[in-house]
Amino acid sequence: MGSKDVKVLNFWVSPFGKRVEWALKLKGVEYEYIEEDISNKSNLLLELNPVYKKVPVLVHGNKAIAESFVILEYIDETWKQYPLMPHDPYERAHARFWATSAQQKLGKEGSWTALIKSGEEKEKALNTASEVLEKLEEEIKGKKFFGGDNIGYLDIALGWISYIIPIWEEVGSIQIIDRLKFPAINEWMTNFLNHPVVKDSLPPRDKALDYYHLSVKKHTPN
Amino acid sequence: MGSEDVKVLCFWASPFSLRVEWALKLKGVEYEYIEEDIYNKNTLLLELNPIHKKVPVLVHGSKPIVESFVILEYIDETWKQHPLLPQDPYQRAHARFWANFAEHKLLYASFIAMVASGDDTEKALNVARDSVEKIEQEIKGKKFFGGDNIGYLDIALGWISYWIPVYEEVGSMQILDPLRFPAINAWMTNFLNHPVIKDRLPPRDDMVAYIHTRKKIMSPTYHDLMKYL
Repeated sequence: MGSKDVKVLNFWVSPFGKRVEWALKLKGVEYEYIEEDISNKSNLLLELNPVYKKVPVLVHGNKAIAESFVILEYIDETWKQYPLMPHDPYERAHARFWATSAQQKLGKEGSWTALIKSGEEKEKALNTASEVLEKLEEEIKGKKFFGGDNIGYLDIALGWISYIIPIWEEVGSIQIIDRLKFPAINEWMTNFLNHPVVKDSLPPRDKALDYYHLSVKKHTPN
Repeated sequence: MGSEDVKVLCFWASPFSLRVEWALKLKGVEYEYIEEDIYNKNTLLLELNPIHKKVPVLVHGSKPIVESFVILEYIDETWKQHPLLPQDPYQRAHARFWANFAEHKLLYASFIAMVASGDDTEKALNVARDSVEKIEQEIKGKKFFGGDNIGYLDIALGWISYWIPVYEEVGSMQILDPLRFPAINAWMTNFLNHPVIKDRLPPRDDMVAYIHTRKKIMSPTYHDLMKYL
């Protein structure tokens, strides 16, 4: 049933860890939060995730689970209240597809690359992001959340968009999400950020801005 | 229930579309095989998979599903016979974790080792062998990752048994040392000899020739791939 100890190893600004916390909070599962300094990894982290040595890690009793999307499915299968994944296999496939595709195309190849590169590479990255946003706009049109009336797996998987992208836009003085071109996404972002479970969970904005300013500097060649 | 038409858009040399075929065959699900020339993508593929423009695509009735691991889970949830994923949530997480690990670490590293040169090949080989070492621990003492029978993780990792020996041959290198990795080598033999798998493997000579061509094409620009290590 899941009444054993639950711990989450996370890094305060990590969007990957945040989604694990949102899932647990939505299901009302109590957990102990353990902050991990990823620039100085603890023995605990190295022991719990020897393969990747990364956060987040969910510890449930004596079991450690790594990789945020794997963790989300574990959470949904272990605690049955407030189901996150849709019931229908096709909708589930759909949600899983968008979770990983948005992370890859909108996140890594799109927004982050646009942030750290310039010129043609920047343009290409912004276009990649825009392509995904067009599809997501179609997905969310007419719905409050990707999960319908309530937040579901895909909202949690894409939630990073609502708070990380605006931060990256400010850090890089770029526009990734044209708010006029993508009104439905824009509205979803607001709805998501205002959800009680999300609202109080976000990292302090100025701290996050500082963090990403530094991060971009590190990744940008002189 | 799953009685609608099933089609799979494949490429004969793709490990990703092959795993979808293995899953369907294990469950005894009939499907239409549609060969796609990935170097000359036709409009059907671009329409069914506009985001990634890649095979495989499973089409069930009118529903397209893409991304091979997503497809595997869809297949398992739609056709309940011969369950692929274990029942227990932790075992399921474990299978999903290792499927992704092998894909992101071993697959990339072995391919890169084959197309790179000098120190970069060594670097890629080390990543590849380290990855195999980790997978070796997971298969020790078991016939298949799924236990006595082939399961999700066997299908997800099955490409290792066929493609890595091809990469080794084309790249004149060794990754799966049988002395160092006896359990994984035993598993490879068991996997390749499974009646459903044995029956559905690409012709080896054609594959070796194809991979030689890929190596020739990718070698000049292999530096771009090093970031995936």
